Amino acid sequence: MNRLMKLMTTAAILAAASAMTPAFAANTAITVGMVLEPPNLDPTSGAAAAIREVTYANIFQGLTRFDANGAIIPDLAKSWDISPDGLTYTFHLAKGVKFHDGSDFSADDVKFSLDRARAPDSTNAQKGLFADIASVDVADPLTVKVTLKKPNGSFLFNMAWGDAVILSPKSIATEATKPVGTGPFKFVNWVKGDHVELAKFDGYWGAPAKLDKVTFKFISDPSAAFAAVMAGDVDAFPMFPAAETLEQFKSDPRFQVIVGNTEGKTILAMNNGKKPFDNIKVREAVAHAINRKEIIDGAMFGYGTPIGTHFSPQNPDYVDLTGQSNYDPEKSKALLKEAGYPNGFTVSLKLPPPPYARKGGEIIAAELAKVGIKAEISNVEWAQWLEQVFKGKDYDMTIIAHVEPMDLDIYSRDNYYFNYKSDAYKKIMAELSSATEPAKRSELLKQAQKQIADDYVNAFLFQLPKTGVANAKIVGLWKNQPTPANDMSEVYWKD
Amino acid sequence: MVPFLLKRLISLALSLLAASVVIFLVLQVVPGDPASYMLGMNAQPETVEALRQQMGLNEPLVWRYLTWIAGLAHGDFGISYTYKVPTAELISQRLWVSLPLAVYALVLSTLIALPVGIIAAAKRNTAADYGIMGVTQFGIAVPNFWFAMLLVLLFSITLRWFSAGGFPGWSAGFLPAMKALTLPAIALALPQASILARVTRSSLLDTLSEDYIRTARAKGLTRSQTLVRHAVRNAMIPVLTIIGLQFSFLLAGAIIIENVFYLPGLGRLVFQGITQRDLIVVQSVVMLLVFAVIVITFLVDIAYAVVDPRLRSRS
Amino acid sequence: MQEISLTDDRRSLVGEAFRSKSFSLGFLLTGAFIVAAVLSLVWTPYDATAISVAEKLRGPSAAHWLGTDHFGRDILSMIMVGARTSIAVAFVSVGIGIAAGVPLGLWAAARQGSLVDEIIMRANDLVFAFPALLIAILITAVFGPGAVNAIIAIGIFNIPVFARLARGAALTLWTREYIFAARVAGKGAVRISAEHILPNIMNLLIVQGTIQFSLGILADAALSYVGLGAQPPVPSWGRMLADAQTMISLAPHMALFPGAAIVLTVLGLNLMGDGLRDIFDPKLRRSR
Repeated sequence: MNRLMKLMTTAAILAAASAMTPAFAANTAITVGMVLEPPNLDPTSGAAAAIREVTYANIFQGLTRFDANGAIIPDLAKSWDISPDGLTYTFHLAKGVKFHDGSDFSADDVKFSLDRARAPDSTNAQKGLFADIASVDVADPLTVKVTLKKPNGSFLFNMAWGDAVILSPKSIATEATKPVGTGPFKFVNWVKGDHVELAKFDGYWGAPAKLDKVTFKFISDPSAAFAAVMAGDVDAFPMFPAAETLEQFKSDPRFQVIVGNTEGKTILAMNNGKKPFDNIKVREAVAHAINRKEIIDGAMFGYGTPIGTHFSPQNPDYVDLTGQSNYDPEKSKALLKEAGYPNGFTVSLKLPPPPYARKGGEIIAAELAKVGIKAEISNVEWAQWLEQVFKGKDYDMTIIAHVEPMDLDIYSRDNYYFNYKSDAYKKIMAELSSATEPAKRSELLKQAQKQIADDYVNAFLFQLPKTGVANAKIVGLWKNQPTPANDMSEVYWKD
Repeated sequence: MVPFLLKRLISLALSLLAASVVIFLVLQVVPGDPASYMLGMNAQPETVEALRQQMGLNEPLVWRYLTWIAGLAHGDFGISYTYKVPTAELISQRLWVSLPLAVYALVLSTLIALPVGIIAAAKRNTAADYGIMGVTQFGIAVPNFWFAMLLVLLFSITLRWFSAGGFPGWSAGFLPAMKALTLPAIALALPQASILARVTRSSLLDTLSEDYIRTARAKGLTRSQTLVRHAVRNAMIPVLTIIGLQFSFLLAGAIIIENVFYLPGLGRLVFQGITQRDLIVVQSVVMLLVFAVIVITFLVDIAYAVVDPRLRSRS
Repeated sequence: MQEISLTDDRRSLVGEAFRSKSFSLGFLLTGAFIVAAVLSLVWTPYDATAISVAEKLRGPSAAHWLGTDHFGRDILSMIMVGARTSIAVAFVSVGIGIAAGVPLGLWAAARQGSLVDEIIMRANDLVFAFPALLIAILITAVFGPGAVNAIIAIGIFNIPVFARLARGAALTLWTREYIFAARVAGKGAVRISAEHILPNIMNLLIVQGTIQFSLGILADAALSYVGLGAQPPVPSWGRMLADAQTMISLAPHMALFPGAAIVLTVLGLNLMGDGLRDIFDPKLRRSR
């Protein structure tokens, strides 16, 4: 057990101890607003973030988990040993864990869940997380040994994802509608189209939740969301859709406004494999034509951190490269002229449904028009976007937030929709995956960020904010969103 | 009568068959794959393939059509791709919102339209008549989703009498559920009431000009007595026809209003089904709606034929 | 009797039309929006697509008569350009309905009781049985959103309307003596339909066309409200309302003006339709 681990455990115990003091909390129920309703509640077979926003850390738990700041901490595995060659992980599981249906949790469930996720017929949306697993073996009911095909520096990080939670084989058939997990809350009911209700699980193995009842209410309309929070129908709205009304909440003592970051790197992606964007000068011209401040003000009501590369600003290794692609329409025009497009050109701009894309797209099209680039907007649905842009690479430009944390490797993938091909970058990524020393890793991460900024692969816009509003008396909500989740285990009402 | 009925039945069956083929084919060419939609950007191709296999999307086209139709025939609508529950269950849940909403709107619209239409007819060519006709002209011209937004602005945001959307479920009690349906029902009812009031008025005026009404007047009944005893009853046939038509429209046509108020009804189910490429839900719901309209039309035809034998020979 | 005095009829028709209060008021309203639409081709107060985030969500003022939207665009200019889109979509879709529906209806009437008649009318019923808006949404899901696909989606549902109307009206004409005379004279069904029937059902088509035009405006608004009409940056009334919905508590003017534009245009067209019907159909006028 490493030192970091010990420290974390101590911290967790301290946190649990201090939480015991407010013993007589008046209110033990909370209604949490969410914009999108989950299609079902099985996080191991579908990518919808809403599934995790209901279930992660509430109903389901994994071997490890993300904490509020994105650090990896123990969950069902209370500790682990890693073999010197980095190939074998021995997980020591927590004792006395029960599933919500009353059955006991054991190493067999871990083996079942991991094997299911990596099976040939697996429908896990993040199957890649399990790709390096060679075998999962049960040593005894509380010990699982996972053997990897090759060392993987991010294996514990992978196991913290919502897609890697541990399920019970007994309830697998009904997981989508009646999820059964090991978490502090159990599923109660789901009124489709309106809300999902969870209740405190009395047989929970860890520190019991402070709330007795959690209701997730689905309200996608911004004005309805505003009205619901104002009226107190919703106690907390962690991803509040009406950012324009936050000022009003800030000045109201009944509410607290919580502004943090998600992992969503919002970019204007360009098809590097297609004219005119196969020319780096054109891509640089696009980057200089874009005014990030105007986009953040106009499409995001001022919330959002500008980024100059594909990396989260809250990460300690982040390099601020926004200056390299500053707003400079004159330079942009000059670059277009150099590239052989003195009169600009016409391209398509495909926009998926989220407001950041639709609203941001309108502003970007207007900005590009000023340097002579005519961007023809076409709004597409997600299904079309995935098929045409992502899979078919049939696009010129698109706007999208990449929400997976630490996903620099996508720029090294062959056949990825950017069509970016750089041997230099691939070399950095190859070194990174085998590097274990923190200083070296940090250096490589910085190099990678610079490389894609230098190549102007995409126009990097801003980090998607997490703008939430909640009753002022609620304590313990996450500020940032390192992974899609509404962890309610530590939340309580102060009186 | 029997050959006529037989002919109409065959035509009904052919219509339904044609409708099912059209719906199925249209949905096959909709771009976008349900499996990739569900699995998102990071999914591996083999995973998508596994999910397609699981959903039965890799079966041949004709086979999928036949299984769907065979299922429909005995009430099995298939399993929703995204919700992973039987489609029939989803539909019946949603019907419990859409059906009460349609009835609520229809009742409101009828309660407003009939008296208003009768008054306008009784006071023909007076200020009241012109006023009513003017208002109904506006009512017809107002897009119901815009009217809905204005209702939200006034009653939810300014006055805070109603919530701006959502549906607590019937489990929350009758009154809260009805309260949640009130603004949507009003938004739906306004244009319908305007149309209905105009139909009532002109139908009454037509009836009033018939001979037997003149006879009744001649017999010494007052104008309002004639109106109530004879005209209103006789003028009801076209009015009832319109009400019938409006009901099927309200059931299927509430899609936008359901979206404005975030009501979990049939329309919203289809709308979400389309964006999520939950094609099995979309095709079943659309088929159900088409089925309803075709059968209602059929029944109306039969009813007319029973009433008026001339129609039988003509068709 | 039917062909002789058409020109005279027309002239007196115009005079009579404007004696109808409904028609005149409707003409004025619709005309105003058509003028705005045409004017927008050459001039708008501001560039309707020019974004100026600093001036967003301003209420009506001397500089911006109808205020600005969430990107600081001038709402008056957007409504003017939006009128162009709406009117064009509705107009062309009515054109599609007439161009395809009327010949079908006439054909069915000429072959009354035949298989052709049966197929055309059953196909009509079938289209009617589909929930229109849903199918429009499906069509745009297949072909992608955009003004052209909105036109197709709305146009398809106009076809059976005109086919039914044309068939019904033509059927009564086919029993007339002068048609019989024309048949005796050896004229074919196509010629009779074109020379004798079509001119006589023109009035009906015009009235129905006006009504379908107004329904087309509403349908286009609904489609673009759900994001399936003309694509940005081209303004459309429906999308302006969709944008306004999320800001309704902050900037109600964003919702009021485009909605009012839709109402007034549709109202104008309906009034025109009513006026025309009164003129063409004296029986109905009696009951006014």
